[in-house]
Amino acid sequence: MTSQTTPLEYKSHQSQMNILGFWVFLGAEIVLFSTLFASYFILEHNTAAGPSGQDIFILKDVLIETFLLLTSSFTCGLAIHSMRNHDKKGLLIWMIVTLLLGAGFLYMEINEFIHYIHEGATIQTSGFTAAFFTLLGTHGAHVTFGVFWIIMLLIQLVRRGITEKTSSKLFIASLYWHFLDVVWIFIFTFVYLKGMVM
Amino acid sequence: MTFDEFFVTGDPLILASQIAIGLTLIGLVALVSYLKRWKWLWREWFTTVDHKKIGIMYILAGVLMFFRGGVDGLLMRAQTSRPELQLLDAQHYDEIFTTHGVIMILFMAMPLLIGIMNVVIPLQIGARDVAFPKLNALSFWLFFAGAMLFNLSFVIGGSPDAGWTSYFPLAGKEFTPGVGNNYYAIALQIAGIGTLATGINFVVTIIKMRAPGMSWMKLPIFVWTTFITSIIIVAAFPIFTVALAYMSLDRLFGTHFFTVASGGDPMLWLNLFWLWGHPEVYIVVLPAFGMFSEVIATFARKNLYGYKSMVYAVAGIAFLSMLVWVHHFYTMGNSAAVNSIFSLTTMMIAIPTGVKIFNWLFTLRKGRIEFSTSMLWALAFIPCFTIGGVTGVMLAMAAADYQYHNTMFLVAHFHYVLIPGVVFAVFAGLYYWWPKMFGFKLNEKIGRWHFWLFVIGFNLTFMPMFFVGLDGMSRRMYTYSESTGWAPLLGLSAIGALIMAAGFAALCYNIYWSFRYASRDVGNDPWNGRTLEWATASPAPEYNFAVEPQVEQLDDFWHKKKQGKTGLKKSELKSVHMPSNSWTPIVLAVAFGVVGFFLVFEWFTLAVIASIGIIVGLVANSFDYDEGYHIEPEELEEEERKWRGDLQ
Amino acid sequence: MTAMKKLLYTFTLLLLPVFLAGCESKLLVFDPKGPIARSLTDLIIYSIIFMLVIVVVIFVLFGYFIWKYRARKDDGDFEPKEEKGNHWLEITWFTIPVLIVIALMIPTAKTIYEVEDVPQGYEEEEPLVIHVTSADWKWIFSYPDQDIETVNYINIPADHPVQFKMTSAGTMQSFWVPELAGQKYTMANMQTELYMVADKPGTFYGRNTNFNGQGYAHMTFDVEALEKDDFNEWVNDVKNTAYDLTEDQYGELLEPSVLGRMTFNGTHLDWIDHAHGGSEQYIDPELYKEYHQEGFQDGEVPVREIEQSGVREETDNEQETHQQHETEASEQGAHEHHDMEQDSESDTADHSHH
Repeated sequence: MTSQTTPLEYKSHQSQMNILGFWVFLGAEIVLFSTLFASYFILEHNTAAGPSGQDIFILKDVLIETFLLLTSSFTCGLAIHSMRNHDKKGLLIWMIVTLLLGAGFLYMEINEFIHYIHEGATIQTSGFTAAFFTLLGTHGAHVTFGVFWIIMLLIQLVRRGITEKTSSKLFIASLYWHFLDVVWIFIFTFVYLKGMVM
Repeated sequence: MTFDEFFVTGDPLILASQIAIGLTLIGLVALVSYLKRWKWLWREWFTTVDHKKIGIMYILAGVLMFFRGGVDGLLMRAQTSRPELQLLDAQHYDEIFTTHGVIMILFMAMPLLIGIMNVVIPLQIGARDVAFPKLNALSFWLFFAGAMLFNLSFVIGGSPDAGWTSYFPLAGKEFTPGVGNNYYAIALQIAGIGTLATGINFVVTIIKMRAPGMSWMKLPIFVWTTFITSIIIVAAFPIFTVALAYMSLDRLFGTHFFTVASGGDPMLWLNLFWLWGHPEVYIVVLPAFGMFSEVIATFARKNLYGYKSMVYAVAGIAFLSMLVWVHHFYTMGNSAAVNSIFSLTTMMIAIPTGVKIFNWLFTLRKGRIEFSTSMLWALAFIPCFTIGGVTGVMLAMAAADYQYHNTMFLVAHFHYVLIPGVVFAVFAGLYYWWPKMFGFKLNEKIGRWHFWLFVIGFNLTFMPMFFVGLDGMSRRMYTYSESTGWAPLLGLSAIGALIMAAGFAALCYNIYWSFRYASRDVGNDPWNGRTLEWATASPAPEYNFAVEPQVEQLDDFWHKKKQGKTGLKKSELKSVHMPSNSWTPIVLAVAFGVVGFFLVFEWFTLAVIASIGIIVGLVANSFDYDEGYHIEPEELEEEERKWRGDLQ
Repeated sequence: MTAMKKLLYTFTLLLLPVFLAGCESKLLVFDPKGPIARSLTDLIIYSIIFMLVIVVVIFVLFGYFIWKYRARKDDGDFEPKEEKGNHWLEITWFTIPVLIVIALMIPTAKTIYEVEDVPQGYEEEEPLVIHVTSADWKWIFSYPDQDIETVNYINIPADHPVQFKMTSAGTMQSFWVPELAGQKYTMANMQTELYMVADKPGTFYGRNTNFNGQGYAHMTFDVEALEKDDFNEWVNDVKNTAYDLTEDQYGELLEPSVLGRMTFNGTHLDWIDHAHGGSEQYIDPELYKEYHQEGFQDGEVPVREIEQSGVREETDNEQETHQQHETEASEQGAHEHHDMEQDSESDTADHSHH
């Protein structure tokens, strides 16, 4: 198993288990987000006296958010590429770019939420807003957690360099980050686009 | 908030139990202090990451919760033993059947099964521990924090009162004010996170840590059922997580997921709840099936009949379990087509289950059946569970269900499934693996008292319920009038409950007696077992196996025994890597519990402050690079000589 | 010995008294009084026959195996042979359940479709429509065509189809009259439908089976099936004697409480149909808080009396005022007098057939 071609993060048996365990965890996350999506679809049209998605969504902001998050997924991939090349500096820089893009995404999203609240769509307004804010909020909370998590890992990276342990930790964090990107693609398509078209 | 809103007061029954709980706690603290065991407790138990010790703590907590849930059950049967009895008022009765259900399913059945899984699975696959020992400890402590928080509702603030299913709109703030159902939403959430982690842990453990040579079709059947159960946990628990989060938001922050007003949809709760809740039934029943299979094979002194079809049957049940949730609400006005489809999927579960029953029967055939207490439980399971199963098929037929739904017939049915299916299994498993956990057997004679009292009591309690149900008695009624004619049957049921309680008391006495007096000389293989856990010492040493076992076939240990190849060569001993203890799991869980408590009371500032504890725990864990420690060959040799005598 | 012998004995001993007690009088579900309930009962009995066969087969095999293959003192060194399994046997006990499921599924599906419709033989008749509104903790029945409303009892013509259109004013309930039909949920903002026919005049027990708080056990009602003429007479009588239902009074009705029987002229459908929203204006969390804190103290069922102060329609002069007009109204029916107190006592999950 530990031939020359095995990436560093897969070298130890424990790391292999950690990565597999994280994949299983992502499976659970898929179920979690599927449930959030399903509930959203069920409550989507229950707007009661409040606004509908069509009334409040702003395409421009959402496009910027999408751009930021998709780019961050790409830079995260570059970071792992650097890691495989044992390029600590590249890894660090690309990860920091990833984090900045993630923070930018969060900034935009929070602004978006504040805008909705001013429009009279708070989480308490209707079935629709409850499902909308919870779905988006859960994703946003995941991104926030990811940002702080990766900061922790980068501190460890600076201290310890690229080792079997730090590399597997960063690799796992990158899986998480890509996963959040995929979830966002679904949100963009099935919440925003669908909400604005239909 | 005034004092009597905070503390539950008024009822003398509750006051008495509060005092009892208080005194017990003080007594325990005093005892541990007197024995100067705090350090020992912290080092050996609270911070342990050893799967066997974690398993034992799960079992201990499960037995404790069994007691609590059992008292709830006794009170319910007492209240309905006579018509218009005034032992409990409506509110109190509602709280008691709610906590009975939640505790029995989530805080009794789950921890007892997960506890036995914890002890046995790594041993059965020849592993040193689970894949993530520290996560395993966190799972336990989160479950424990959730269970304690839930039980706190009894003393502080008031218990949940919307049934264990907490159907909306009833469970909404407008219909059930007070903090009771907040406890439900938050305590179950905390415990649920722990369970999800357990699921992930066992999936990885079983995929990655099997002994060399143990390919999939050589897995002991209990490992198979645990594996499939863990997959169901991963697939089903996140749904509950979301449902509980919605419930918390509705109750704490005034959102409209499940409300009557502003576009909420109470039916969404029913769907989400049972999308988790039905698989949950199989989460508790499948590992139990695995345990029965092990016990029956051992005491029939034969291998399990139709091993492969057993594995396929379990997989089939797991798959179908995801496709039947609608049968919990056939009466919601679904179209006839929908009800027909779900009747079919539900009845189909009977097919693999039937296969399993016949495989067990044919394992017995041509065997040499030894009636140990453990085996008695496994045997009693077959007829009792058959009754639960066939009534399940009756309930599956949607049209007929219009007459059974929400009646005592249903209550009788699911107790006939869950008590033989889970509780009997736990008892069978406890008697069977007790020596592996503690190095002594439970007493067989007291065990028989335990068995007969409990089985007779069980049938006497629940059989009458089928009949009152068919006579129009719905579940969850705190009172009924004389003229209904139900009184004799319900009286019988109450007597049965008392007999069952006596059975439970016999178990407790058995544990005490055996702890004091049972012989410590049980050897590694007291039952002439078939699987790897019997290849190592009883109780199992912390490193489990001095040398990683090599597996060639199913029931490898059984065949190796016949060939006399169970010895240990000194030259094979190598140093064993062990994980270190960790304080982060218990600290994290305490922080979760405290945050949960504040959330229950909607003290959000305090909750935010307390969640710093969670963050600190997570950060500390991230920066923890502990490499564990090693047990050197000399120590292993010394340890192994204790029970093997000389090494080869 | 004996472990298993004991087991068998125990089972028989346990089951006997229970069966005897159960069969003393006919269980409600096995005593249908209308075509819909009868088709359900037929299905149930059909399934029970299969189940009994399964139970007997398994119990016999079980008893035989554990008796025949029990360990004996003198066969300690007997080593049973390992068996992997047998394809034909395993196929058999896979196939037989499949056949049983098919045999059960066909009549099940048939019955599911059957009970969703006007029962056979009654297709020609125009069903009487009754709107059911369940609330905490009472049943409100509206007759839109007759323009009358009752609380906690329904009068229907016997031998005539009735269609219930059901909804709830708050929590979810389940409407069940076991002798006449299976149950169905009532939910706010939703409408569910149920058909029912009573063969002959009689009084039938109905209740809520879905837990909805403290008054749940008391949430029962009676279905009175009357001869068609008697039914019409009852309707006329109500129209002549009952108070009008006012919006205020309706609001009072919906407050959480246990009530006796009541009868009104007019229906609340004129201003709200809970199937189409608007229930929230009637839900007052403060009242639930009171119940939560005070509860049903000391086992007393707090049956509330509601003053009927609405306008009474001008009627024929010979109809004297009755203090308890709902008693009067139902006098024409098949059951005896109820006043509030008596009602509340027998309300505790009363059966009519015992």
